[in-house]
Amino acid sequence: MKINDVILQTVTKIVVFIILTFGVELFLSGHYNPGGGFIGGLVLSSAFVLLYLVFDIETVHKGIPFDFKKVAAFGVLLAVGTGLGSVLFGASFLTQTASYFNLPVFGATELSTVMLFEAGVALTVVGVVVTIILSISEDV
Amino acid sequence: MNNILVMPMIIPLLTGILLVFLRPYVLVQRVFSLVSIAATVAVSVTILNLIQSDGILRLDFGGWLPPYGISFVADSFSMLLVLTTAIVTGILLIYAFSSIGRAHENMFFYPFVFFLIAGVNGSFLTGDLFNLFVCFEVMLLSSYVLITLGGRKVQLVESIKYIAINVLSSWFFLVGIAYLYGTVGTLNMAHLSVRIAEVGQGSLLTVISIIFLIVFSLKSGLLLYFWLPGSYSAPPTVVAALFGALLTKVGIYAMFRVFTLIFYHEPGVTHLMIGIMAAITMIGGSIGAIAYNDIRKIVSYNVVIAVGFILVGLAVSTEVAIQGSIYYLIHDMIIKALLFLIAGTMIYLTGTARIQNMSGLIRNYPLLGWLFFITMLSLAGIPPLSGFIGKVYVGQGAIEAGAFVLLAIAFLSSIFVLYSLLRIFLNCFWGETIINEDDDVPLKKGMLIPMVLFGILTIALGVGAEGLAPYVTDAAHTLMNPKIYIDAVLNSDS
Repeated sequence: MKINDVILQTVTKIVVFIILTFGVELFLSGHYNPGGGFIGGLVLSSAFVLLYLVFDIETVHKGIPFDFKKVAAFGVLLAVGTGLGSVLFGASFLTQTASYFNLPVFGATELSTVMLFEAGVALTVVGVVVTIILSISEDV
Repeated sequence: MNNILVMPMIIPLLTGILLVFLRPYVLVQRVFSLVSIAATVAVSVTILNLIQSDGILRLDFGGWLPPYGISFVADSFSMLLVLTTAIVTGILLIYAFSSIGRAHENMFFYPFVFFLIAGVNGSFLTGDLFNLFVCFEVMLLSSYVLITLGGRKVQLVESIKYIAINVLSSWFFLVGIAYLYGTVGTLNMAHLSVRIAEVGQGSLLTVISIIFLIVFSLKSGLLLYFWLPGSYSAPPTVVAALFGALLTKVGIYAMFRVFTLIFYHEPGVTHLMIGIMAAITMIGGSIGAIAYNDIRKIVSYNVVIAVGFILVGLAVSTEVAIQGSIYYLIHDMIIKALLFLIAGTMIYLTGTARIQNMSGLIRNYPLLGWLFFITMLSLAGIPPLSGFIGKVYVGQGAIEAGAFVLLAIAFLSSIFVLYSLLRIFLNCFWGETIINEDDDVPLKKGMLIPMVLFGILTIALGVGAEGLAPYVTDAAHTLMNPKIYIDAVLNSDS
């Protein structure tokens, strides 16, 4: 049976970008305000899940050709890697540091290593959530 | 700052992650996993020797000092277990190469073994109660995957029970942690110990300690072992061996840590309860071990008996008894892995798990038969094998403390262990050969070598107990004197 879901698909095309932007915003507001890698990742993955629901799996795979299991693994690698990075600099495992840089467009911006760690967390969450949803859908 | 402390957890974790990317290349996965286990063993030996010269080591994650930050603390007790874990896993991996099959190897089997090891080692090393919970979860999540991987019907049936019981006990764990935090306002184990010593372990704190006792009993199979025989006989041999050797031991470790470091003020309540539970566990395990004809069930009930025996040491809580428990813990990790491997191999060779359907295996597979014989003697505690020294010390400790009932039950349970295994030996290895020369299944070298390695280990551990003695003495001394641990964690100069 062919379901007519033109409205859903059209709305989704716009809404997905709003969700993605909100996810990035939550992620960036990170370590001083409410937000961070985990919730940022959850919101990002909800965008992907919405895409999978509205379009079918093959279509989305054409656009986003990632193996989400590997995305999750890469996320953990990044998070553990930042921990090990501090070992290379002679600090305790998982030590984070931050400082201000003068960037061309943004002006004085704070760049911190915890951002990389949070990026790892976000990627892990995205990878795991999408993998769970995809494997549940395979069973039906 | 000793960054090397985190390595026994980080090496397996990184290996697991990298192996996910190497999914199609099975051979690379095998080589890589062996190399990283070897690295873990090397690091563990280094740390163990470092502790002997420098005392207890501590690593504060991110430089946040305890009690505010999370730290890893390594004393001889935890490092002995980490080292044994690494060695046992290494040998089990060799067995997995020839037995687990392509389907598992392509379905992230090795990564999850390494995540399991990361969780186990993390639990041994952490100095923070909540972090212990997290490491437990890492370990349990990997074990859920390993027990269901393959998806046979019996696996799914048993894994539902296994997951349900573990989720329940994890919830109890969280509740206990919340109560404890609400009462004394800290979760660092050393800081907890100091604060509880200050306010005194009143009835409220004793009740909280009993919640922890229930949690760890569920995890380790002390009294609450009803889930254990089923779950441990469902997964493939090598996974069952991994579980039988490692998982219950983490619960036992946690119990030793919590009841020697934090809740040691009311032995009349808590340690008496542990003693009674250990006694009932040994009795129940003994009955189970002789009641079944399914070889996997017999072997699983042997795990239960050992749990009871090890906790006799904690129940009487003298330094000698604790030493005995540590010896026995190390011995049991090795010998249970071997026992599960032999049982699994016998099922693989004969195609049946019932002992009355096997006979005369020693004619076809002499080495396997003799290995089983050694295992049996070692488990019964015959010198010079590794089970002997642990049993002697636990017995000596029990006599010192005057716990004669517990002593009698502990040694009677050894007889039951011997009898249950002797039954397997007489039924399966002796008697008429029923497999004729033409259709006997060849025993792969890859399966035999790891078993021989374990056999050598149990003999080496028995004969070379002298070499292990300084480490075990130090471990027991630290456990019996919480002040040493507390000083090492809470001094802020390092």
